[in-house]
Amino acid sequence: MRRPTQTVLVACLSLLVSAPALADSSLPPAQWANRQLPDPRQEARARALMEELRCLVCQGQSIADSDAELAGDMRHLVRTRIAAGDNPRAIRAWLVERYGDWISYRPPSEPIGWPLWGAPLVLLLLGALLVRRRIKPRRP
Amino acid sequence: MSRSLRLLPVVLLALVIAALVWRLAHPEDTTIRSRLAGKPVPEFALPPAVPGKLGLASADLAKGGPRLLNVFASWCVPCIAEARVLDQIKGKGVAIDAIAIRDRPEDVAAFLAAHGDPFDRIGSDDNSRVQLALGSAGVPESFVVDGRGFIRYQHVGPIEPADVPTILAQLEEAK
Repeated sequence: MRRPTQTVLVACLSLLVSAPALADSSLPPAQWANRQLPDPRQEARARALMEELRCLVCQGQSIADSDAELAGDMRHLVRTRIAAGDNPRAIRAWLVERYGDWISYRPPSEPIGWPLWGAPLVLLLLGALLVRRRIKPRRP
Repeated sequence: MSRSLRLLPVVLLALVIAALVWRLAHPEDTTIRSRLAGKPVPEFALPPAVPGKLGLASADLAKGGPRLLNVFASWCVPCIAEARVLDQIKGKGVAIDAIAIRDRPEDVAAFLAAHGDPFDRIGSDDNSRVQLALGSAGVPESFVVDGRGFIRYQHVGPIEPADVPTILAQLEEAK
């Protein structure tokens, strides 16, 4: 009979050799998927946008964080369009037009998003009121 | 403090738990749908995915009758199962074009040889640019495009035999 540590080791090793279930293409990553733009200012703008765009494959990650091929292609899209002088807002709008607000991690500034933007202010105000009541000097 | 107010936290907790249980029982639909349904196919022009076959441009989708646009890849496993169903749809007289995502000509040719080739044209989309322009989030996906080049219907995932009547009905409606 095998010892438990041995079993765990075998299980871990078999994970290493097993092929991933997710199919990937045989093409290399797109040119600008994992390469920074030569202009640091443009790269910073691209980076900021990529961190706020949702990956279509691993839906909890941004395309900046995801290793999915489609995320790489989306980074390529963002970088090429920024390098071509496109405005990040226009790129985000282009994607929202296709996938909905869902694709952007930045909440929309439309009526449906107002409570989200307003909640911090309301909470801050409530907190300030609470503090004021607590530290008010008591009358003797 | 009144008795009912003291029970408030318990009631709130019960409500939260009820909401969680409801969400577990009715999971959110995570299918990503294109918002372009009802809008024209975005402009594009793709080179041929295999030698000896025409590439695909948006202009090709804007003439003639309704067509089915299939987004597939040779490395996509569900696409193999879908190929047979596409052949069946082709057999009903439907024109089908395709976009091959991140694919090499030899791989596409091998895929077509092994699983059938119902496609009139196949464009090669090396960096998923057109896929993103279409609002598609994976392979396979299919779009019903009418004779004016408007997207009328999107099917996410492989077309199963049970989906064929819906696809045919959508194509008929797009006439």
